[in-house]
Amino acid sequence: MELTGAEILVQCLKEEGVEYLFGYPGGAVLHIYDALYKQEDVKHILVRHEQAATHAADGYARSTGKPGAVLVTSGPGATNAVTGIATAYMDSIPMVVITGQVPTSLIGNDAFQECDSIGITRPIVKHNFLVKDINELATTLKKAFYVATTGRPGPVVVDVPKDVTGAKAKFSYPKDISMRSYNPSSKGHVGQIKKAVELILSAKKPVIYTGGGVILGEGCQQLVEFSQKLGYPVTNTLMGLGAYPATDKQFVGMLGMHGTYEANMAMHHCDVLIAIGARFDDRVTGNLEKFCPDAQIVHVDVDPASIAKTVKVDVPIVGEVAEVLEALIKQIDVSESKVDTSAIDTWWQQIDVWRAQDCLKFDTEGDKIKPQSAIKKVYELTNGDAYVTSDVGQHQMWAAQYYKFDKPRRWINSGGLGTMGFGLPAAMGVQLAHQGETVVCITGESSIQMCIQELATCLQYGLPIKILNLNNGFMGMVRQWQEFFYDKRYSQSVMNVLPDFVALVEAYGHVGIRVEKPEDLDAALDAAFNKHKDRLVFLDVITDPEENVYPMVPAGAGLNEMVLV
Amino acid sequence: MQHIVSILMENESGALSRVAGLFSARGYNIESLTVAPTDDSSLSRMTLVTSGTDDIVEQILKQLNKLVDVIKLVDLTESPHIEREMMLVKVEAVGESRSEVKRLVDIFRGNIIDVTDTTYTVELTGPGERLDAFLQSLSSISIHEVVRSGSMGISRGEKVLGL
Ligand SMILES: Cc1ncc(C[n+]2csc(CCOP(=O)(O)OP(=O)(O)O)c2C)c(N)n1
Repeated sequence: MELTGAEILVQCLKEEGVEYLFGYPGGAVLHIYDALYKQEDVKHILVRHEQAATHAADGYARSTGKPGAVLVTSGPGATNAVTGIATAYMDSIPMVVITGQVPTSLIGNDAFQECDSIGITRPIVKHNFLVKDINELATTLKKAFYVATTGRPGPVVVDVPKDVTGAKAKFSYPKDISMRSYNPSSKGHVGQIKKAVELILSAKKPVIYTGGGVILGEGCQQLVEFSQKLGYPVTNTLMGLGAYPATDKQFVGMLGMHGTYEANMAMHHCDVLIAIGARFDDRVTGNLEKFCPDAQIVHVDVDPASIAKTVKVDVPIVGEVAEVLEALIKQIDVSESKVDTSAIDTWWQQIDVWRAQDCLKFDTEGDKIKPQSAIKKVYELTNGDAYVTSDVGQHQMWAAQYYKFDKPRRWINSGGLGTMGFGLPAAMGVQLAHQGETVVCITGESSIQMCIQELATCLQYGLPIKILNLNNGFMGMVRQWQEFFYDKRYSQSVMNVLPDFVALVEAYGHVGIRVEKPEDLDAALDAAFNKHKDRLVFLDVITDPEENVYPMVPAGAGLNEMVLV
Repeated sequence: MQHIVSILMENESGALSRVAGLFSARGYNIESLTVAPTDDSSLSRMTLVTSGTDDIVEQILKQLNKLVDVIKLVDLTESPHIEREMMLVKVEAVGESRSEVKRLVDIFRGNIIDVTDTTYTVELTGPGERLDAFLQSLSSISIHEVVRSGSMGISRGEKVLGL
């Protein structure tokens, strides 16, 4: 039997196990929307702006490990999706974005709602495809999911002209796919594994530094086993939080610009650095000239291009993180060398001295709500077991510092691109994937306004997200930099002309609660998480306006040059 | 240092722009770039001349390898190889310079492929440096136009960049 291109496309999504398709209709995708109308397997989630469709699919992917799926129309639909595609690209999130395109006969004519989606998205996708022939539609979609989810994951755009969705062809979905030009490598080199283990076991002051790659590569269990076998300190990047349980004694906290003192000092003084699924981002390394001056470095990553990109590495290992960790564990067991326990004890004594600085302590006196304490309370109330999304700014750093993630895929934030507006739509994707679980969006009054229209989507699909709006009346992170580096000239970072958020969320059909005093916080949180368990609750928490994020590695400084308060 | 990178890639419509886009996005140098289909029309062979420190060239090779359309690549500069470039030059050829140009073309083993009363068009093939040398030797002659193909390269011996 012959199917239309639109029907084939929907069948392909079904074959790929797509539960939710986040999208927004328009002229170029009308055939596809008609095909969606006639079936129930793929549930379409109608967002209010295409940026939100990509963030929601992204949140779904980050929290499940499965690829997100997006459908938008040509022209403005595609351009609106660009921010979300770039966000997913920077954090290596598997996602397939289908963009409608004008009919093939009109391509290049500046037709109505035409834009060069392939050209626009090329630098922000793992790969993209233009489907010019209906007979290539199914294979192309198969390739898209394959490329998006294997190796170092990433978003893939499939641009489908309208005539292709209207044409008819026989449908058969390829079971397997192989591409001669694409072979994501898997196992680490045996010789390198041995070399790495000898170096690792010779360490006197080691640090295990892991990033988002451990979560993306499903290597968290192996990481725990590896780390606990060695007894070495573990630090996670912003993207890697949850890969190693934050409440475990071997965990020294996040590293980098707003990492803990003990993590950064341990990095600076280490003699062997074991980097796994991390990419030595500039927010992590600080000044490269001063980075880990005494360390020999082992670097495990699935992407060879991540290795030695900014920092020279002594033992590079290219391979799937989980498999390499398993190989490392086996090799440790058979190696003649053993962990130098007395050196490691001394190392821990040093780390404990740094830890005793208690760098995350904050002042709880005063009549203003401290943003840190609001997050701590949410952490306690949710038993550390909520899915937490965030936007970008101070609140994001505080969430990363004060919510202790013991499990992977619970901390959902835009680390690489730093996209304000990510938090709420991402939470929608998370909540759809995890119905009945607690999903919290920690945001700021500036970020939340970038995708606030999605409150309507939340109502439509009954998503009981808890929004913690840490309202300091400033673009706090911008203000903090202006305070430190521009003599408090708060140029355009004051955000004090705000809607009445409570009235606004109520207009959208949700529950809004404004909290101004520290003593009212507990009751408000109780209302949000218990009394109104099944509804979206927006907590507009008025916080101490000029609170800063500490500790901090100032720009240009080394990790050992942190400012504590 | 200059590196000549030979790339075998899918002959897809966007493939060239992926390579060019990668270089501009990451701020790498392209000195020249040539591309054409091979005997297998589904494959394109590209020769790219770039320069940079060893670290940068290592990144360039890794990033190129990461492009989904790229099947294989080799840095020809790492082992014995042959480099060829073609050049077409239109020069003034009147009076004494007419015989002078003819003489130089013979020395460089080029061909005069088009003639008018006042011009010669010269074709010359060889490693880029030889083409440079030829242009230098024309210093007293007025050059109207220079067209260079950019370098192509292939390994010496039995080594093959194929599927
Ligand atoms: C789309 C976008 N535009 C601009 C920025 C730059 N930026 C980073 S943090 C920030 C301020 C965020 O303010 P708010 O959401 O109120 O959070 P706070 O820092 O106050 O917690 C800005 C403007 C960004 N990250 N994303």
